[in-house]
Amino acid sequence: MTSVEKRFPGRLPIRDGKVDMSHGSGGRASAQLIEELFLRHLDNDLLRRGDDSAQFGVPAGRMVMSTDCHVISPLFFPGGDIGALAVHGTLNDVAMSGATPLYLAAGFILEEGFPLADLERIVAGMAAAATAAGVPVVTGDTKVVEKGKGDGVFITTTGIGMVPPGVEIAGDRARPGDAILVSGTIGDHGVAIMSSRENLEFDTTITSDSAALHTLVAQVLGAAPDIHCLRDPTRGGLATTLNELARQSRVGMRIRESGIPVRGAVKSACELLGLDPLYVANEGKLVCICPAPQAAAALAAMRAHPLGGEAAVIGEVVEDPHHFVQMETTFGGQRIVDWLAGEQLPRIC
Amino acid sequence: MKYIEEFREQGLARNIAANIAAEVDPGREYRLMEFCGGHTHAIFRYGVQDLMPGNVGFIHGPGCPVCVLPMARIDLAIRLLREENVILCIYADLLRVPASGRQSLMKVKAEGADVRMVYSTQDALKIARENPGREVVFFAIGFETTTPPTAVAIRQARAENLGNFSVFCNHVLTPAAMTGLLDAPRAAGEEPVQIDGFLGPSHVSSIIGSRPYEFVPERYGKPVVIAGFEPLDVMQATLMLIRQLNEGRCEVENEYTRVVSREGNRKACDLVEQVFEVREQFEWRGLGHIAHSALRIRPEYADLDAERRFAALADADALIAADNKACECPSILRGAKKPVDCKLFGNGCTPETPMGSCMVSSEGACAAYWSYGRFRQDAQAASA
Repeated sequence: MTSVEKRFPGRLPIRDGKVDMSHGSGGRASAQLIEELFLRHLDNDLLRRGDDSAQFGVPAGRMVMSTDCHVISPLFFPGGDIGALAVHGTLNDVAMSGATPLYLAAGFILEEGFPLADLERIVAGMAAAATAAGVPVVTGDTKVVEKGKGDGVFITTTGIGMVPPGVEIAGDRARPGDAILVSGTIGDHGVAIMSSRENLEFDTTITSDSAALHTLVAQVLGAAPDIHCLRDPTRGGLATTLNELARQSRVGMRIRESGIPVRGAVKSACELLGLDPLYVANEGKLVCICPAPQAAAALAAMRAHPLGGEAAVIGEVVEDPHHFVQMETTFGGQRIVDWLAGEQLPRIC
Repeated sequence: MKYIEEFREQGLARNIAANIAAEVDPGREYRLMEFCGGHTHAIFRYGVQDLMPGNVGFIHGPGCPVCVLPMARIDLAIRLLREENVILCIYADLLRVPASGRQSLMKVKAEGADVRMVYSTQDALKIARENPGREVVFFAIGFETTTPPTAVAIRQARAENLGNFSVFCNHVLTPAAMTGLLDAPRAAGEEPVQIDGFLGPSHVSSIIGSRPYEFVPERYGKPVVIAGFEPLDVMQATLMLIRQLNEGRCEVENEYTRVVSREGNRKACDLVEQVFEVREQFEWRGLGHIAHSALRIRPEYADLDAERRFAALADADALIAADNKACECPSILRGAKKPVDCKLFGNGCTPETPMGSCMVSSEGACAAYWSYGRFRQDAQAASA
């Protein structure tokens, strides 16, 4: 650390300083921000080399790559922050192919005037999530935009991973007769975010379910190797994910409302706001579609994992030329579960 | 969710369904209009129609505030944004309502107009306090349920001397809508809509009580049962209506006794009375101009009335905007046609790209049909 102190005139004023245009200039201020803030938290051998790219060897086989942009408001919410979310979001997109994630890259767009203390909290959140997942952030970039041209912080993360031999998971592989599973309660993330939004603050015990799902995926794949589809129901919620998969696979789906796990507090918040939990976002859940004979093994494997304790079989894939998702309601009737149109908005009356 | 899930319980639903099946007269049809969008939503969301015998049908009524708002009022709001550079505070449902010239508040917002989505009138007051240099206008919409909070906001703004706040009042009255619904076809020389009885408003009745509907059985000979918005409420009220029709009774009954009394919420009604007065007439989408069917802000609060405050709204009553000619929203709102009878339904008019107002709000008949009931029509087509 002594060499760091000699290179810069003073330490980065993390406690009360703000991001300014010089932090994105590529000059000395940029270097100081990287060294004293980003590298200090995200430290690993590849990142520390300070090259423009990270070089590493990979095993032979099929590689997957995914990227995800994060523009969430508010930046800090019950159960997480944009930093941790940026790690989980991309890791999960990689994991939904059945892959083992290996490395992450992160791009930050910072708005001039953003408090360095908040940035540090976000980078620390990102580092903790990456460390817990065992996947390092090995390269990155930072740009600063003028005040008013951004919303605090935008983060883009990219991840790569390797698919184990024999695993064939894709959105178009659902077949009539397959079982549909969900790994736990739905709607937690969306409700946690809404509870902390300006104008809508309400007290709730619900925290975001933001979590990295690749170890859960590995465990389920071990028990049910012929899984056809995996997808994390983020924006648009479970309903949107099932519609996407139905359209890609050219099938229909029948689900049972009574089988879908939803926390009481999420139900209540949705009731109050006029929302439907089926359309509310998740950040730590997955939908799994597998041949019916493997459903019991997949369910048991999910439930044995800390992130899948409340997993459930919620329905099955059927033939349907319209590719509709239909639901038997708890009330005993049938309804269609459609794509989300626009944002789900609170009703007025 | 105690006190909510009890009203969505499948076992009780089956019991009521069995009673309905046992009591209906197979020799007749029961055409029941559920007045409110909240009822429509519950019927589709929970699949209530599946539990009914084939001769009991629901006609979806006009009780969706967004659906009955005439296009001219959105045109006026857009004019207000463009000519007076105000901050317009709206409930989010209004964003996608089609205006003239393929405009909507969402489109003018994207062009840079300052449209803010709020969850309550209190949010609008807060925006006014935080922006003392700007004019802040609250777009007030809704039936009697949302009127008291607007009255509170107006009185609060007066008490605080909040000089930059005003209200563009579009509040409408439910009993007048029922009159319009029952009179409109006759006035237009059309066949009257075949309605055997009404599932009466839920939340609205918590404010105005059940008494204001008594003219419906008296003058028009149609029974009314005030019904809550939960699916069991809808089913129980349907059973009560069927019993009235079978027994030849015709009166206002109240299924929603846990919330609604005959007299309503006097305090809220008094508050509304202090701030608002009844307009001579007001245009309703689908129902045309209905006398004494809407509220305006009293002269005592003229400075808080956007229609008196801004030149852009000076001729508010005179502006008439024509709906898309092929749009059947007017007939659908009167219960004369079903959404699938409209040529635009699904052909360009969907919840993503609504052309008519019934497709905008999730409480609108077309949106509910599209989102929850589409497969029925396909199943019927397949079996035909």
